Amino acid sequence: MLTSAEWALAITVFIAAVVELVETLTIVLAIGLTRGWRSTLAGVVAALLALTVFTAVAGYSLATWLPEAALQLVVGSLMLVFGLQWLRKAVLRSSGLKSLHDEEEEFRATTAAARDAGVDSRLGLDWFAFVVSFKGVFLEGVEIVFIVITFGLSANSMGVAVTSALVAAVVVLALGAAVHKPLTKVPENTLKYVVGLLLATFGTYWSLEGLGIFSASTEPLEWPGEDLALPLLLLAWLAVSRAMVWRWSRLRTAGPVDVSSHLEV
Amino acid sequence: MQPIVRFLRGFGRFWYDFIVGDDPKIAIGVAVVLGVGGVLVARETVSSEALVVVLAALLLTAFTVTMALDVSRHQRLRA
Repeated sequence: MLTSAEWALAITVFIAAVVELVETLTIVLAIGLTRGWRSTLAGVVAALLALTVFTAVAGYSLATWLPEAALQLVVGSLMLVFGLQWLRKAVLRSSGLKSLHDEEEEFRATTAAARDAGVDSRLGLDWFAFVVSFKGVFLEGVEIVFIVITFGLSANSMGVAVTSALVAAVVVLALGAAVHKPLTKVPENTLKYVVGLLLATFGTYWSLEGLGIFSASTEPLEWPGEDLALPLLLLAWLAVSRAMVWRWSRLRTAGPVDVSSHLEV
Repeated sequence: MQPIVRFLRGFGRFWYDFIVGDDPKIAIGVAVVLGVGGVLVARETVSSEALVVVLAALLLTAFTVTMALDVSRHQRLRA
């Protein structure tokens, strides 16, 4: 039976993985349908192999070489910075200061690029299809692996984190195979907001615990109420982000806004 | 440029973009708060339970400030 912390971990990893896999599916479908499946799938398989090696090396190194508090500090800090980047984009999107991510538009753009690209055959493969699908799967996959490793190690529940990511992969692949087009109905922007909040919450909790490495005992610091601090941190990040959205949504009412040229987003 | 240098540059650039992303101010804010926290923990001047609460509040503040800086810069450019 999972504890409440493990359920929170499982849900966070599942949602994050779904978001990334939906984006991956869009790229792979656009390339596969335009340039053919053989080279596209070769790129997917090569990326999955590279991700497996990356996961094994990064996970083993972190788990083996760092003491508990240092691990929490390193992993928590990375998770916090990473999560705040997601939260930043989510706040800007919810405020109307950044355009929403549109899977259909992404599909159209990738398909057009695939049609316009010339033919470059290497190792018997359509090199454009191979490279684009490899990059798409690897780069989105690294984000999933990063979240799985950081959550799994920090909560000492690697099995739960890996299982959640695999379940997400099965769900997205099954849906993709069934509909044969990008999953535009998935509320990606909302899901990214949720993941940003959860990453910021757990990142805050673990990075501050990990500061205990600088104490005489080198033991992790303790939060008042221990795990009960997590929902309070989540509420705090939610309140701050909603206040920003409320405040900056009012900018839109002053006139049309296009910040893409001003904000580095 | 040597292939190994090119690879190392690309590798570093990838991880910088991956972790730090579009807005380095966020990473800098987090690093400053955690740095201050590390010093306070080492000096053992504040109880750990009070310290984590104060530092969490500082992280929330740092994020709010970086976001406000971005949006106010945008407003100035619009004006």
